[in-house]
Amino acid sequence: MIKVLPRNILRILILVLFQVFVLNNIQFSGFVNPYMYILFILLLPFETPGWLLLSLGFVLGLSIDLFANTPGLHASATVFMAFLRPMILDYFAPRDGYVPGTFPRVFYYGFGWFFQYAAILVLAHHFFLFYLEIFRLSDFFITFRRVIFSSIFTLFLVMISQYFIYRR
Amino acid sequence: MRNLIRFILNNHFFILFLFFEIVALTLVFQNNNYQKAFVFNISRNISGYINTRIFSFRQYLDLHETNQKLVEENIRLRKDLISSYKLNIRPSANVEFDAAWVRQYDFIPAKVISNSVNKQSNFISIDKGTRHGIRPDMAVITYEGVVGIVSGVSENFSTVIPVLNRDLRISSRLKNTGYFGSLHWDGKDPGRALLQDLPHHVNLNAGDTITTSGYSAIFPEGIMIGTIAAFEITGGNFYTVIVDLSTNFRRLSHVYVIDNLFRDELLELEKTTGYD
Repeated sequence: MIKVLPRNILRILILVLFQVFVLNNIQFSGFVNPYMYILFILLLPFETPGWLLLSLGFVLGLSIDLFANTPGLHASATVFMAFLRPMILDYFAPRDGYVPGTFPRVFYYGFGWFFQYAAILVLAHHFFLFYLEIFRLSDFFITFRRVIFSSIFTLFLVMISQYFIYRR
Repeated sequence: MRNLIRFILNNHFFILFLFFEIVALTLVFQNNNYQKAFVFNISRNISGYINTRIFSFRQYLDLHETNQKLVEENIRLRKDLISSYKLNIRPSANVEFDAAWVRQYDFIPAKVISNSVNKQSNFISIDKGTRHGIRPDMAVITYEGVVGIVSGVSENFSTVIPVLNRDLRISSRLKNTGYFGSLHWDGKDPGRALLQDLPHHVNLNAGDTITTSGYSAIFPEGIMIGTIAAFEITGGNFYTVIVDLSTNFRRLSHVYVIDNLFRDELLELEKTTGYD
């Protein structure tokens, strides 16, 4: 349990740097930009208190904003996603609840569980982010396409990370 | 009172959520205008330093092609040099060539250190700031054409609003007929922008060149913007023209910042005459 803190600090650093320096520079056809940094919120322990969850979401989003010149944009989307997380976890909880000492990962709860959990939160985050960024409904379907393609790509990276980096 | 405290405690998660969202959304809407980009003055210095490192590596990869383009530009400029011309009239004592010309534009070379093309409001950061003579509202171009306008400056870095930002409009002109309109980006394709306000009687052809008009005191006249890709009449009397931008925003590295030395004089004059 004591190892949780340094591990999460390291994780938030790596994810922010990876997002800012690698993923923000990847631009497929001007449409698709993966936002993998939200993996940090996905992987927080089940016992994380609500206030900490929201605060971490805010800080995480704001640090991405600093580098992307988009004040508040990522912060609001990430806080929104952090707000949804406890409800999604409740909805997908196993019959006996979550086992203490386990984390929300493929390793503990299987591919199907993690995929559903991650997909809903990634989609929620990307919807919020892209529609807030464009802030009008006239290009609804073009934005929709950006949301879908970017979500697929983010989700792909999130799932891959489960097998290559966070195996345990 | 006790009920209020109990209510807050019971719903602290939702209330905290609302609090964070309000803070974040305030940030978003306060900084929607590109003039307010100076909020990032503090963080610009830090992220500018780190981005410089990343971009110097990426520049290295593009070195060959950049060299090629610079050589081409050098050749073109050399052709325009006064030494490449022969005086066509009989020299006379009355005309002193040097006195007839006054420098209007100064060029400051800069390197791009961060850039994006896939957002609705894209920004570019460059590695020159007030120390190098850069001020807000200067024009930024590259050898291919127009890039954007300087919005915020710190001591060593500046942010530029590129054409690929929905907040920017550039006064532009058809090279062959001289009619002018206003160019802006619709947020869809980083290679294309829209030119509006051209009257419907103008004769347009695909491939016609669009340049800056020089009406804004920011851009000099005749800087390349792009070529006409397609056009249609919308809203009755005006064309909407789709322009293929000549600048490749996906791989910007070297840019020139243009200082209009007469800008202050012109703005002062326009202010005193009540021109708006």
